[in-house]
Amino acid sequence: MQDEPTPIELIKAVADFLRNEITPVIKGHNAFKLRVGINALDLVTRQLALEQGNDAAEAARLKQLLGAGGSLMELNRVLSDKIATGELDLQTPGLAEHLWQTTMDKLAVDQPNYGSYKRELGRS
Amino acid sequence: MIEQQLGRCVASWYRGATGVTGAAKLSGGASQETWTFDIVHPDGNVGAILRRAPPGFGASPGRAAGLDAEAVLMQLAHDAGLPSPHVMHVLKPEDELGRGFIMQRIEGETIARKILRDEQFARARPILARQLGGVIAGIHGLPASKLPKLREMTATKEIADLEREYRGFGWPRPVFELALRWLRERDPGPSKEVTLVHGDFRHGNLIIGPDGVRAVLDWELAHFGDPMEDLGWICVNSWRFGEIDKPVGGFGTREEMFAGYVEAGRKVDPDRVMFWEVMGTLRWGIMCCGMMQRFRSGPDHSMERAMIGRRSSETEIDLLRLLAPRGK
Repeated sequence: MQDEPTPIELIKAVADFLRNEITPVIKGHNAFKLRVGINALDLVTRQLALEQGNDAAEAARLKQLLGAGGSLMELNRVLSDKIATGELDLQTPGLAEHLWQTTMDKLAVDQPNYGSYKRELGRS
Repeated sequence: MIEQQLGRCVASWYRGATGVTGAAKLSGGASQETWTFDIVHPDGNVGAILRRAPPGFGASPGRAAGLDAEAVLMQLAHDAGLPSPHVMHVLKPEDELGRGFIMQRIEGETIARKILRDEQFARARPILARQLGGVIAGIHGLPASKLPKLREMTATKEIADLEREYRGFGWPRPVFELALRWLRERDPGPSKEVTLVHGDFRHGNLIIGPDGVRAVLDWELAHFGDPMEDLGWICVNSWRFGEIDKPVGGFGTREEMFAGYVEAGRKVDPDRVMFWEVMGTLRWGIMCCGMMQRFRSGPDHSMERAMIGRRSSETEIDLLRLLAPRGK
């Protein structure tokens, strides 16, 4: 068992330092790169916090939808094939809901400030 | 060093030029670079841009029109009275600068967030969509006989290209599968009218001033195809930068853009435009995945590339909004 602090706490501490102390003293293209770097660290902390729950829920939906088991990657490959061949489509009960939920969960990690995500969050 | 080479080059065609100053690289990957510099002249300095593939990088990758074709297209657009820089010089072997061209530098803004938010563009924003509709119509109307050799694309070919690229990543994306299926089922077939298509008409490639559009840049993806493609691509949500209710670049409506296009004597097919908007959304999503691939395998191990990989999910939510919208 690793000791504390947790990865989330460590990354957050680094990101906060870069954001609060370094950002004000960096100019030009490196300021842009710094912002991208801080965004990346923030993304990682969101993923560490949300991934386990999101993945478990996605796997459960996929098993229900496909009536089969397997890893998340395998289940997504099967779903992709079935959509490609037309065996499953938007008329299939549960498919649209699954795709929406999975995509919303991805956006919550990748880009929670994205306009379309914020709009859809207001709906659900 | 590049200033000396540029100085020699410029002296060979610009009367009275005594050299160049202030050369700075604006952007550049391994095979293509953009430089800004000033031509020093007794009557006053002249702003210029060099776009080149450095010596040793001659061939352009698969989809690219090539720098020679880009130069011809920009000059044709300029001659037709469209907002386009004057091409001052096409590089020759004796310039020892590689392949490419030198064009007039046009002042203005290309960064979308500034164009959409800064006060100085407040008067431009309401007129831009209509204005750009007219510019796109002008591009589609450039005289076919003078156009360079370019690849010809159809919706069918574009779907096949996107599908091949997506499958090459080996990473399952059910939403992309849904979009590919949707596109194949609605493929309108070859366009009745085939014109020059700019291919990348969007924020970043448009120089905007307080007075409106000043220049169209980056003809790298120009090709022959369905003119509705350009109208669909600029509506892709990724180019709205948060202003999601203004489909044209985050500043205007489709209807305004269509009005500008029609005023210039051309016809709009809104269904086809929507088809190309879906195609464009998927295309940008696949391009984001490609960035991630290049981040992992290429020499450019940059955070920016890596983080663009994580933008592909943005196109997934936009595809769902287009293909499987949820209530009001």
